[in-house]
Amino acid sequence: MAAVAAKYPEFKDMGVEVLSVSVDSIFVHKIWNDNELSKMVGHDVPFMMCSDQDGSIGRDYGIYDEEGGVETRGRFIIDPDGIVQGYEVLSPPVGRNVEETIRQLQAFQLVRAKEGKEATPSGWKPGKQTLKPGTNLVGNVWQVWKVEQAFED
Amino acid sequence: MPEEFEPGCQRPPIKKKNVETDITNEPIVKEEAKKSMIKVGKPAPDFTAPAYHLGKFTNVTLSELKGQWVVLCFYPGDFTFV
Repeated sequence: MAAVAAKYPEFKDMGVEVLSVSVDSIFVHKIWNDNELSKMVGHDVPFMMCSDQDGSIGRDYGIYDEEGGVETRGRFIIDPDGIVQGYEVLSPPVGRNVEETIRQLQAFQLVRAKEGKEATPSGWKPGKQTLKPGTNLVGNVWQVWKVEQAFED
Repeated sequence: MPEEFEPGCQRPPIKKKNVETDITNEPIVKEEAKKSMIKVGKPAPDFTAPAYHLGKFTNVTLSELKGQWVVLCFYPGDFTFV
């Protein structure tokens, strides 16, 4: 969560709010902020750290581990209408890539701004080519977009 | 909007819109069936939860954040290593 805290200004600039959720109490959240996270990122955790002590929120999102009594590492992107646009769930030992979350948000925001008239192909980042779905593009993606573009920076 | 509250000895309750009603004798199998993964393109389950935020304790309701993008991050626990 320290990495998310460090990137929070970038999220805010994009009009994105961040919520973290674990089964720990809000008191433990405070102590974790005070004693560790704030030392890692150089300031207090800027987002709301939610407490889901009975796991009911995690259960609603399908990521609660009943046996362990903890949340697994689920990350959900929710649009301004409250609709889930994407999610990723990892088991505890592997951390997230916050920059990939930001990239996905940039893509979802572009698609929303273009009202679905443009789509972002594999590996898209801001500044890279989008695709304009339509009758003429059917069967013709190979003419306007090369696979190599997915891997370029 | 998030409202501040003073911490007490009781753990703050989690208030949810879709609180399961007290229909007794509901078979447990039903509950199992409810645990399927949510779907993209569908509404995010709403919740109200206590939160720690910049030195204060507040209650946050997901649906009150409508109008902006939200990244909701679950993690296994405070003081875990990753």
